[in-house]
Amino acid sequence: MSVRVTGAVAVRVLAQLRRDPRTLALIVGVPCLLETLLEQIFHGRSLVFQQVGAPLLGLFPFVTMFLVTSITMLRERTSGTLERLMTLPLGKLDLLAGYGIAFGAFAVLQAAVVSALTFGLLGLDVAGPRPVVVALAVANAVLGTALGLFVSAFATTEFQAVQFMPAVVFPQILLCGLFVPRGSMAGWLRALSDAFPLTYAYEALAHTASNTLDGRFAADVVIVCGCIALALALGAATLRRRTP
Amino acid sequence: MDAIASEQLHVVRGGKVVLPGLTCTVARGSVTGLLGPSGSGKSTFIRSVVGVQRIAGGRVDVLGSPAGARQLRARVGYLTQAPSVYDDLTVRENLRFFARVLAAGAEAVERAIGQVALTDVADRVVSRLSGGQRARVSLATALLGEPELLVLDEPTVGLDPVLRADLWGLFHELADAGATLLVSSHVMDEADRCDSLLLLREGRLLAAATPAALRERTGAAQLDEAFLRLIRGEGEGAE
Repeated sequence: MSVRVTGAVAVRVLAQLRRDPRTLALIVGVPCLLETLLEQIFHGRSLVFQQVGAPLLGLFPFVTMFLVTSITMLRERTSGTLERLMTLPLGKLDLLAGYGIAFGAFAVLQAAVVSALTFGLLGLDVAGPRPVVVALAVANAVLGTALGLFVSAFATTEFQAVQFMPAVVFPQILLCGLFVPRGSMAGWLRALSDAFPLTYAYEALAHTASNTLDGRFAADVVIVCGCIALALALGAATLRRRTP
Repeated sequence: MDAIASEQLHVVRGGKVVLPGLTCTVARGSVTGLLGPSGSGKSTFIRSVVGVQRIAGGRVDVLGSPAGARQLRARVGYLTQAPSVYDDLTVRENLRFFARVLAAGAEAVERAIGQVALTDVADRVVSRLSGGQRARVSLATALLGEPELLVLDEPTVGLDPVLRADLWGLFHELADAGATLLVSSHVMDEADRCDSLLLLREGRLLAAATPAALRERTGAAQLDEAFLRLIRGEGEGAE
């Protein structure tokens, strides 16, 4: 890996994002809108908002970065630029890490704005430290980026790539414990839930919300980081210098 | 030593044999034209030379190493047939990115922009450029880092005659400075601008010669006529 090349990729991806202010506005604005709606729906029953507000704050970046990355990487694959990059002195991990850094940096901005609104105006309260919520949001964004890079290999059109969002992301959100406690799930659902990375991301957020930053919390964080590394490695395996 | 040497190169794409067994060489410091109708295997050969084509048999050596070897990546410039640049970046941003990857400096970026005559639109987003201008942005990225071998897949398609003449002038300047160029084209009137020619048809090498030698061999005044006579001659030979 090379710092110069990884940096070049990150700077380039950020420059491309900057060229598309409407997407930027949507990425930051939509989670703000959704958190506001959530607060309004549970108005007067603010206990529910307190319970789901913080986990959702941490999960939004996962969803948006998964989508944005899978489409950006698909464009790279279909436009011929990937083939061109593969003839240059550029390692596969340089490319993936460059993407991860660029979208991670952007996730910092997204998480900062959304949490400022949610903690400030909407009055969400967490028992644990707020910066940990923001840090987990960024880690989830990188996880979304890594998974998006990987699944882009299985799409040939942008329509297909968009469909991977409900296919890959929704089951994870349904089974992560946000809607139904994992303890009351049927055995096979529980097993699926154990296999999904988002489960551990959710649990880490829930631990932060209740300020139980214990060994379980540490294990959750380690598993999330491991999943990021695994998804990046799988993504690298889908990049081929030689194609048929 | 030759810049490119392919031996019995066998390539299958989509279940179809594109190159049944191509053996040819490209001399160092030359501008070699790779000519043939579309579908003759030009792009497949070029992709094999830059190491992105999966090959089924035979071999290609480039600058003394197997094609696609890691140490070749900074020494070979490649222009893909369809422009491979980022449409949402400006000309200069595109070149800066490729220059950073190649560890080439800011002056290399400005020189490449000048070489393809895009100075006036250097800060314009690529998606707003004409097709010919986009193609030249892609060409400029191939020129970065002073590659020893430039492999250009149809670099002059869709360009006006003045610009085409300028680019051919540039190709010869680069060759005079020691670089080797392999340039594909499906227009025979570009053949005369090359030092030597490789004529491909249906994946087979029809001829490898200088333009003058080709005229002499076929007795044709024009190169497209010479090409035609070669094809007919091959047909008679097979009977």
